[in-house]
Amino acid sequence: MLHTFVVHVENKPGVLTRVASLFRRRGFNIDSLTVGRTERPEVSRMTISVDTNPDQAQRVEANLYKLVNVLLVEDITHEPAITRDLAMIRVATPGGARTQVLELVYIFRARVVDIAPESVVIEITGTEDKIDGMVELLRPYGVLEMVRTGIVAMRRGASPGPAAAGTELATLAAESNLRQLA
Amino acid sequence: MSSARLSTSPPPRPETAAEPQKRTMTGAQILWECLEREGVQHVFGYPGGAILPAYDALKHSRIYHVLVRHEQGAAHMADGYSRASGRVGVAVATSGPGATNLVTGIATAMMDSSPMVCITGQVGSRALGSDAFQETDITGITLPITKHNYLVTHSEQIAPAIREAFHIARSGRPGPVLVDITKDAQQASCEFDWDAAAPKLPGYRPDLSPAPEQYARAVELIHQAKRPVILAGHGVIFSGAMAEVRELAERASIPVALTLLGLGAFPASHPLNLGMMGMHGEAWVNQAIQEADLLLALGMRFDDRVTGDLRTYAKGAKKIHIEIDPAEINKAVKVDAALIGDLRPVLRELLMHVESADRSAWLAAIDGMKGASAVRDIQNLPDSGHLYAAHVINDLWRETREADTVVVTDVGQHQMWEAQYYKHEHPRSLITSGGLGTMGFALPAAIGAKMARPEAEVWVVAGDGGFQMTMAELATIVQEKLKINVAIINNGYLGMVRQWQEFFYERNYQSTPLLSPDFVKLAEAYGILGMSVTGRPQVIPAIRAARQHDGPVVIDFRVEQEDTVYPMVPAGASLHDMIRRPSPLVETAADE
Repeated sequence: MLHTFVVHVENKPGVLTRVASLFRRRGFNIDSLTVGRTERPEVSRMTISVDTNPDQAQRVEANLYKLVNVLLVEDITHEPAITRDLAMIRVATPGGARTQVLELVYIFRARVVDIAPESVVIEITGTEDKIDGMVELLRPYGVLEMVRTGIVAMRRGASPGPAAAGTELATLAAESNLRQLA
Repeated sequence: MSSARLSTSPPPRPETAAEPQKRTMTGAQILWECLEREGVQHVFGYPGGAILPAYDALKHSRIYHVLVRHEQGAAHMADGYSRASGRVGVAVATSGPGATNLVTGIATAMMDSSPMVCITGQVGSRALGSDAFQETDITGITLPITKHNYLVTHSEQIAPAIREAFHIARSGRPGPVLVDITKDAQQASCEFDWDAAAPKLPGYRPDLSPAPEQYARAVELIHQAKRPVILAGHGVIFSGAMAEVRELAERASIPVALTLLGLGAFPASHPLNLGMMGMHGEAWVNQAIQEADLLLALGMRFDDRVTGDLRTYAKGAKKIHIEIDPAEINKAVKVDAALIGDLRPVLRELLMHVESADRSAWLAAIDGMKGASAVRDIQNLPDSGHLYAAHVINDLWRETREADTVVVTDVGQHQMWEAQYYKHEHPRSLITSGGLGTMGFALPAAIGAKMARPEAEVWVVAGDGGFQMTMAELATIVQEKLKINVAIINNGYLGMVRQWQEFFYERNYQSTPLLSPDFVKLAEAYGILGMSVTGRPQVIPAIRAARQHDGPVVIDFRVEQEDTVYPMVPAGASLHDMIRRPSPLVETAADE
């Protein structure tokens, strides 16, 4: 099944390579990986989706911690969380198809961000499932081009979770390592 | 490159303790200053264009530089230095081929968790990425075989990188760290501030400690066990937990099996010592593991060479794993209690709660398993005119056991015979490449060991194959005036590969017969005393002559060609499915 990890890393050159190299050499299958800035300039945040079983998910987490630049790993697979993917889809709109496509755009709360005589570019944000659903419905019209960002994720609720600014990251990480073994 | 010799005890530096906290220095000067402050006394290296600024600044340093003959040798020397002493070994190389030649040595250190820092020169920062002369992406290449690595492009970054490198190399589960420094960073000047360069590693946690409930669980499992076995590994030696392991074994009457890298962590002569486990462990050791109801894994990682087929491994045993690296927990073997932390303090805590127990029935059962194989006495085998490697190793052990001896082995049959027939009483008395199985390791690693422990008696035990991989370092031995004795176990084959061909490839000895030079003449060409031994009566006299000789010695032991390491668990087979000796009184398959 897909496991979702939020990985907080030091914002330093080469960290993405270290993480990607780890997944490659340990044989972990990355479904999607995104990386970007956070509320703290010294911290970057990755959302990594891995197709794996629960035992291997623990190994992913433990191995991530072996990387010196990794600050905190959260497995949010079973946590209440918001996950979002963004897609841009160029769809053919021959003849009268444009109206039907725009109807789908309305239903999925997507947006048209570019328009040409025979095609439109749709921007849609949502869960992967939602985007998959829309793509399936657009396919009969002709999906000419598509790009997706991969998911970003954040826990639900008032608390920013264990990664709150000022938290003693080392302590939390040590605890999280031990918890998984109990 | 002239071989200007540095005295081993250079005059004290002109600087005094009153020197200012901050000084303007070149990157190269900062490099050596940092190494000195990290306690480095020796480095092993080879100069070249991109590291020349650092070499130029070496003349002002107290650090002694050993010129190697190949950078692979530098890495193995740093590794051997570290394994012999527990201190961080340092290797230095230039960019490009110098750096790539280190790779095998770095991977060797990584697999066996050796603390090591490698310094490489790099092309100027403006040329990075341009395919400049002798440019190679060594931080990229070594990413998966270092614990961490650094590319340093500014002189200001040198001190923090070096301090962090040493901290990472020696803390937690130790390992190699590489620092790649561009030429311009070595040349540029900046303000040196040691204190400001203290490691800043918020994500690095080498100091984990077990959860309290895991202690309670472990104690409960130990008290319930009727047939426990301790599996002691390299981590016992890293942690310095020899006394604690012994205390646990003696108090709770638990026999101790050792991994290859654990040999010496528990005295071979101790009544509770079972010996080496795994592929070439004695049958009773593996049988005891298979029949145990509790395994206490101490600083070991259930390598495939010690477990055999995981599906049949110690099926009836609960497992307690005490290990500093969380990623090793449940990696190969699912455990019932996991105590993550430094072994010594963890065992100390555990010992507060472990009660003494009588397990004489279990110990007697293991004695029963030994049966005929335990009484096999290599010394009393009649001299059939054949010289067996086992005799050589056993004689070497009997002759050197009273001394502070370090045996450095290469990889292959001789390595396993050494593990079987040399009875190691003390930690750091055996240095060998376990995880990576690197042929060519022994000779350079022995040089590192001798530099780290000049008072120790250092013996290389190598095969004719592995020795030829790095024998250029004989010149290093001579140049450094090192008293190292080399025993070549020469059987004219790549013996372990030949053995696999014998067992698993229908004796198709493809590319394993091996031509060697006349090792005696080779030694003499280097100004080293060479000896050749072909019969058993000559073994002890040759060992004695080598020990008495004031200088390095190479002994070419011409042993039985098609000798076989028994017992053997074929790769991937169950631990109890061993290929046994054809007869307890036979050392070699040729006598079948």
